[in-house]
Amino acid sequence: MRGCPRTQSLTVTTDGAIVRALLTARAMPQIAVQDLSKTYRVAERRRGLLGAARGLFSRPHRHIDALRSVSFSLEEGELVGVIGPNGAGKSTLIKILCGILEPSSGYCEVDGLVPWNERILHVARIGVVFGQRTQLWWDLPVIDSFELLRDIYRVPEAKFRPTAEALIYLLKIGQLLHQPVRQLSLGQRMRCDIAAAMLHSPSILFLDEPTIGLDANSKLALRNFIKSLNRDRGVTVILATHDMHDIEALAERVLIIGNGQILRDGPIAEMRAQTSGERRLIVDFAEDVGDVMMEGTTILRRTGRRIEFAFDPRVTAAHTLIARLTTEHGIEDLSIEEPTIEELIAKFYTTHGAVEA
Amino acid sequence: MICTPARPYLAIFAARFLMMLQYRAAAVAGIVTQFWFGAIMVMALSVFYMGGRGSASITRAEAITYIWLGQAFLGLLPWNVDPEIVLLMRTGNVAYERLRPINTYFYWLVRAMAWRTAATLMRSIPLLIVTSVLFEYVGLGDWSLRPPPSLEALALFVLSMVAVVFLSSAITTLLNISVVWTISEQGINIFTNSLVIILSGMAIPLPLFPDWVHPVLLVQPLAGLVDIPYRIYFANFSGAKALGAIALQVFWTAALIVLGRLLMARTMRRVQIQGG
Repeated sequence: MRGCPRTQSLTVTTDGAIVRALLTARAMPQIAVQDLSKTYRVAERRRGLLGAARGLFSRPHRHIDALRSVSFSLEEGELVGVIGPNGAGKSTLIKILCGILEPSSGYCEVDGLVPWNERILHVARIGVVFGQRTQLWWDLPVIDSFELLRDIYRVPEAKFRPTAEALIYLLKIGQLLHQPVRQLSLGQRMRCDIAAAMLHSPSILFLDEPTIGLDANSKLALRNFIKSLNRDRGVTVILATHDMHDIEALAERVLIIGNGQILRDGPIAEMRAQTSGERRLIVDFAEDVGDVMMEGTTILRRTGRRIEFAFDPRVTAAHTLIARLTTEHGIEDLSIEEPTIEELIAKFYTTHGAVEA
Repeated sequence: MICTPARPYLAIFAARFLMMLQYRAAAVAGIVTQFWFGAIMVMALSVFYMGGRGSASITRAEAITYIWLGQAFLGLLPWNVDPEIVLLMRTGNVAYERLRPINTYFYWLVRAMAWRTAATLMRSIPLLIVTSVLFEYVGLGDWSLRPPPSLEALALFVLSMVAVVFLSSAITTLLNISVVWTISEQGINIFTNSLVIILSGMAIPLPLFPDWVHPVLLVQPLAGLVDIPYRIYFANFSGAKALGAIALQVFWTAALIVLGRLLMARTMRRVQIQGG
């Protein structure tokens, strides 16, 4: 299915046309989003019995802007992470791109189709996994769900068999195929769900919190699989998550969404460099020391004989600090740490006021 | 067949149908209930026929046949919302329904057809056999389900029952769509329950209503669920009249499918997905 119209046009046209086709393929991003906005109208319930009675006649409505004029574009084969606090608009964005929701205003095109207008054509080309739900039939054995999806997506048997076999092998779900979905553990179910999303060989994969609630091993296995899909098969992946390790392990590019807007769009490394150069120096002193004041540092935390200093390496070099400490005090141990990505993001959300109300 | 446009819908029908066949205990309980209700209704009707003056438009034997057919095919009555759809709404899994490259209205219609027919299949066969063959054999012939008077009547009846499956599923799908708005099925179930049971002829055969309401009762869509096919069965409607009645079933089915598709399109444009 992937790139189907393009390859077909290539085989029948002349050389000049091939060049043109390639050029247009280059110029057109696979996903183009322009000024996308979505406003939900929510009925509010008044408090108490009297409020409920009044609610029978009229209800106050509140408008919630889930997305405000979001624009970005994505090239084929990219792997982009979408992060943001709860209620930031991540899921709304993904649902609009999938064709399930219609935006209030704005435009978007995925592989040349407007998702909500040409839903049936569009959804045949994408794969979607919502981590909190399952697309498998609860009471059916996994393999029956797969075969049902094969028929729903009209995948020819000759194409289905090798695809399914590869997915079953890569995701190690061969043992699970004959169990009803309700009997699977969360990690097993999620692996089956990802396989289900890829059975019709979509060119774009949307993942909404795919690692939620998974143990460390399952997370790693899933990340490896997603990475290989992207790298080896060129599948475009849009990954919405709260797990910063997912982002660090997978995404070269990150969209940070807050209050329905894109706060930042760029490589994760760049963000790390820009947001904060702060380092931490953690020192275990040999004896009880009083207030250890050092120029260029602030004390973050003090527990027993351990003190955590924050410093900016661009102002004060680490070795100067360490030299000064070791000459003045007896020291048992010391280490230097970068703030975790979680801390960075949390700080970023707070400075942009993007914290769920 | 593998590449026909109908392939996804056939697969969905087969999956749901087979899944429904697992509920055998419910079917046994249903059969017992329907024998009980059928027996009470047959006895009550017999008393009315003994005491009644004047003439009813169908005979006592025909009325009893009507009752047993009604009990046998009770499962086809579209009196409630599909619990599977309610669950989809509550959990927000309706999102996945919209991710399938198929028409959501026909997806739900086919699913309703599988649900209704599978439930009916398991109940109707034992009930039909016992009330027609066994009743005769143990001396309850007076209370039994009579065979259709002619092969023609039987053929028309089968045709009419096929229409019932479509009509019932179209109504069920309308009920299902209403749940997208209400999220809860309880109100709509209570409302449709009584409406369908009375207006289809399930509670009291429609010919036993006062003469002056007959024209109204016959043209409303719910008559096509019970009254029309059963009257065709014992040739109360025959020939051109039977074909006209079937045409009426088809008309209502088509009208309700058009309405359902419009409502589905409208609904899905406004749907908001619950929970994240």
